[in-house]
Amino acid sequence: MSPLLQVKNVTKKYGGLTANNAISFDVAENEILSVIGPNGAGKSTLFKMIASFTPTTSGEVIYQGERISNLKPHIVARKGVVRTFQETTIFKSMTVRESVVVAQHLRAKASLAGYFWGSKTAKDDVTAFEKYADELLEFLGMSEIAGEQASNLPQGSLRALGIAIGLATDPKVLLLDEPFAGMNHDETMNMVNLVRSVRDERGVTVMLVEHDMPAVMNISDRIVVLNFGEKIAEGTPSEIQNNEKVIEAYLGSVDDEIGM
Amino acid sequence: MLGFTSKQLIGVGIFLFMIFIGVPLIIGATGRWDFYFTLTSVALLAIASAGVWLTFYIGRINIGQGAFALIGAYVSAILVVKAGWSFWISLPAAGLFAAIVAILIGLPILRLRGVYFAMITLVLTQVVTLTALALPITNGAKGISNIPLPSGISLFGIPILPDFAGMENTKLAFYYTACVIMILTYAALYRLVNSRLGHLCRSMQQNEELASSIGVNISYIRIVIFAISSFFGGLGGAMFGSIAQSVYPSSFQVADSVNFMLNCFLGGLGYVFGPMLGTLVLYFGWDLLFEFGKYQMLIYSTILILIIRFLPNGLLSIRIGKGGDK
Repeated sequence: MSPLLQVKNVTKKYGGLTANNAISFDVAENEILSVIGPNGAGKSTLFKMIASFTPTTSGEVIYQGERISNLKPHIVARKGVVRTFQETTIFKSMTVRESVVVAQHLRAKASLAGYFWGSKTAKDDVTAFEKYADELLEFLGMSEIAGEQASNLPQGSLRALGIAIGLATDPKVLLLDEPFAGMNHDETMNMVNLVRSVRDERGVTVMLVEHDMPAVMNISDRIVVLNFGEKIAEGTPSEIQNNEKVIEAYLGSVDDEIGM
Repeated sequence: MLGFTSKQLIGVGIFLFMIFIGVPLIIGATGRWDFYFTLTSVALLAIASAGVWLTFYIGRINIGQGAFALIGAYVSAILVVKAGWSFWISLPAAGLFAAIVAILIGLPILRLRGVYFAMITLVLTQVVTLTALALPITNGAKGISNIPLPSGISLFGIPILPDFAGMENTKLAFYYTACVIMILTYAALYRLVNSRLGHLCRSMQQNEELASSIGVNISYIRIVIFAISSFFGGLGGAMFGSIAQSVYPSSFQVADSVNFMLNCFLGGLGYVFGPMLGTLVLYFGWDLLFEFGKYQMLIYSTILILIIRFLPNGLLSIRIGKGGDK
């Protein structure tokens, strides 16, 4: 079976600086794959290229046999590859529920004119969106904060809101940008369970960029390691933990950082 | 009905009664016939301001509505005077032409954000003024004068709209026309904002990156909204030209463009009917301060600064603030 998503020799150069150099890996359907690496390793750039938020310099990203790199981001999102952002990127003055409703608007059956005149299909659409929003928020354990304005939410809930907005678009592949950053142990474990249930119960393939090593080792089926824009390793968590290149390039430097 | 609550329906009813029956009665009783012209101007400026408000709704500061009003005024005047069209057909044509120009201009400039977009739009009014001075069809600095009054329209021999030239009181006729167009504009704006397109606009206003990550075609919606906005500008301008029966390159200037934007700020960017109130207050406010002679501008600008300082969400936020949440 061919992989759901393939990253093929993807390179990104900013002037003389190479952010990603000929990165290749496959993502299988229904897996949780993490991309890790020290700061500046090119993880975020890689994510942006997969979601087509920035063009590749060379190489391509193939999704379901179709090239999706260098398209407009909204087209890639409509095909089912949706990214989330870090917590500051939200619809600030919308409530949680409104954000999740608006994120479903692409599934609208009625035309824009139908909405303008208030057609029957448009009303049915809105009812369906609201129903699904409530369902989704319940699934994510966010029902209690559904009426809360996004700008008033604490950090942990904002992350969950980002995931809720992403999920509302009904994605096949969800790209999560540092979902555990700045969280304590309990919050991280909740989020790990949440991400896992997104995969298990909704059949969404998840890719994530993350710094939190224990969480990554816990959640991932496979891990891709980047360092200075190059892919240095790929494998299961136990393979990565025992990979000498990774220990040398990555884990060692983390130990230095936290002073162990 | 149409998603209105009964309280809103009563409000709309009172508003309609006031402008169509109340105002003519008051003017008849006081004999202040000049108010018709003032109120007609307010209605027309409010139409153009509605367009500016709509561009605010996608997070763009538009200081170029005067350009589209001027385009609308010229298109209508040229069609009526040189091509012999009926004014009533030239009116939507003027709006459409302004919208097409907006699409062509918008394609490159709508990528810009914040102050950069605002600066480019600020130049537009001047560009259109200079173009009108240079082109032969717009008759240069002399402009187009002696535009005939709107002619009557009849369908299958039944008169639908009377001939304005045969009327004793064209002021009242223009007042009613302007009010009807204004109400249609705001009804359309209200529906648009509360429809799917409006929700997508709101998502873009708050975060364009996130909007495109949920699949919103942001560049397409920006163009559509800018075109609708300029359509309103063209409509208001064309109507203005018809009332003044003349159009000059200076009919709409940069200062007018700035006023269109101020109307929106003053009324409130969060409320669909904000620009309507803003236009009324700003227009009358300036006139009322006429008594102060050379201090008129000083007092006027001080009041504006105070309002923006203490009511950043506009005049309508007072009422809404007292009424609890919502």
